[in-house]
Amino acid sequence: MRLNLSLLGALVLAILLSLLAGRHWIAPGEWLAGDLPSLIITQLRLPRICLGALVGAGLGMSGAAMQGYLRNPLADPGLFGISACAALGAVTSIFFGVSGVPMALPVCALAGAGAGVMLLVLLAGRSGSLILFTLAGVMLSSLAAALTALVINLAPTPFASAEIITWLMGALTDRSWNDVLLALPLTVAGMGLLMLTASQLDALSLGDLAARSMGVDMAGLQRLLVLGLALCVGGSVAVAGVIGFVGLMVPHLVRPLVGHRPSALMIPSALAGALLVVVADMLVRVAPVVSEIRLGVMMSVLGAPFFLMLLLKMRREIA
Amino acid sequence: MMAAALAFSDLTVRKGGRAIVCGISGHLKRGAVTAILGPNGAGKSSLLHILAGVEQPRSGTVLLGGAPLGTLSAQERARRIGFLPQKGEVHWNLAVKSLVGLGRMGHSAGRSLSQEDEAAVVAALAATDVTHLSDRSALSLSGGELARVLLARVLAGAPEWLLADEPLGSLDPAHQLAVLKRLAMTARAGAGVVVVLHDINHAARIADHVVLMKDGAMLADGAAQDVLTPDLLEAAFSVRFRLVNDGGRRLFVAE
Repeated sequence: MRLNLSLLGALVLAILLSLLAGRHWIAPGEWLAGDLPSLIITQLRLPRICLGALVGAGLGMSGAAMQGYLRNPLADPGLFGISACAALGAVTSIFFGVSGVPMALPVCALAGAGAGVMLLVLLAGRSGSLILFTLAGVMLSSLAAALTALVINLAPTPFASAEIITWLMGALTDRSWNDVLLALPLTVAGMGLLMLTASQLDALSLGDLAARSMGVDMAGLQRLLVLGLALCVGGSVAVAGVIGFVGLMVPHLVRPLVGHRPSALMIPSALAGALLVVVADMLVRVAPVVSEIRLGVMMSVLGAPFFLMLLLKMRREIA
Repeated sequence: MMAAALAFSDLTVRKGGRAIVCGISGHLKRGAVTAILGPNGAGKSSLLHILAGVEQPRSGTVLLGGAPLGTLSAQERARRIGFLPQKGEVHWNLAVKSLVGLGRMGHSAGRSLSQEDEAAVVAALAATDVTHLSDRSALSLSGGELARVLLARVLAGAPEWLLADEPLGSLDPAHQLAVLKRLAMTARAGAGVVVVLHDINHAARIADHVVLMKDGAMLADGAAQDVLTPDLLEAAFSVRFRLVNDGGRRLFVAE
């Protein structure tokens, strides 16, 4: 509880600071003074920050739930191939030039996530088998990556390729309240479903057999998890493109603070995920470079070394 | 007493086209220790898994107090039947106390633990002699310590039935005897204890009832002194056992 409150406090602070920061710094006194600053605050920065918090919360909790389910601290929503499938859906809409049509891209991204989830369930069967599930996810994510590359390859014009590649990098630039309204119900519903799995994830830390004897319905748990992940990850890809590593880093950092309990990890991971994305997006905005660094790229630059560090740490522990 | 029994009939399990358990029936009573004995691959674990409700038989039924096991809610089943798997897995670095607290899941249904739950956890930690490890993290324990902590997890749930699959595997002799004694005491307190054992003398020490299995079939099923005989044991294990009387205690020595 105290951890949740501190994280919430930090998030509120980060959001306030984030309202100030940008190419033009706007002091709090000027937020609602004059047309231009108030426009920047209410129509540019605030929706962007809200979206960052939503995406971060959804990805953070997705990571916590996935790591708990797979009992693997290296799991990330990308592993299931769900974000790759969502990206493929979005990219396909750009390829066919319909991305200008309102809602076409998000609908395609969600459809991609949904299709990915359904394929995953078909491949892994109803057994709820862990290994089968992971392998199906790995297969699916490489398939989606291959098809995405094919779409880029076949893009009709260099402009289309460039648009796809830019979009794939993931960003919160120029997002509006409409995007927030799109992501909000998806993320909230997804997180609600994931929260239902929390106590079952605790039982799973004693292994499949023990968990089943403790009343966990493996197939039902898998259904909840897959649906919750699709909504959170699909929703975030629909509005922000692919932003990786949030689901990997956040639960790992929070875990020791909650006594390593998978159920206790869920809400703090959502809060810390929101915090991470809001702060990273603020850094991206104030970085003194000519063209803005894409948030997805920034996250990967932070995330990849973190992943490496984690691997080295695990290798030491095994040795 | 009938209502409290765990009965199974015509259980069959097939895996990879091979019959693991073929058409066995039996009737287990509460307030007693039942040992399941048999050579490797006899189907002992499969039988225990089915009784615990974690595996479904291809055919046959299990009745808990007269009601088919499948008709109970998962939570009620979890509350009434505690199962200790053979392989003790722990995946996160949980504190021993919160690991044992997981044993109360069937009672607390995901809510935080009540005072009654906490008391049950403390009692279970004491019963398996691991109170001093309460604040240690599970991944830092030795094999024997972990085995006792995992037993405490099941005991904390105070189940009507305690099903344990080779619970003595990684224990030293002193803790083996302590765990056997704990199992016997759990049965005296009214629970049904069903335990898969490898050591015939361990079974002779605590079992009231013995189920002897071989190749998925039940070779014998009855009171311990009737089943634990050199002839039946030889039929099961293909080894001749000599019965030694050690001051009133029956000991079996393989020849």
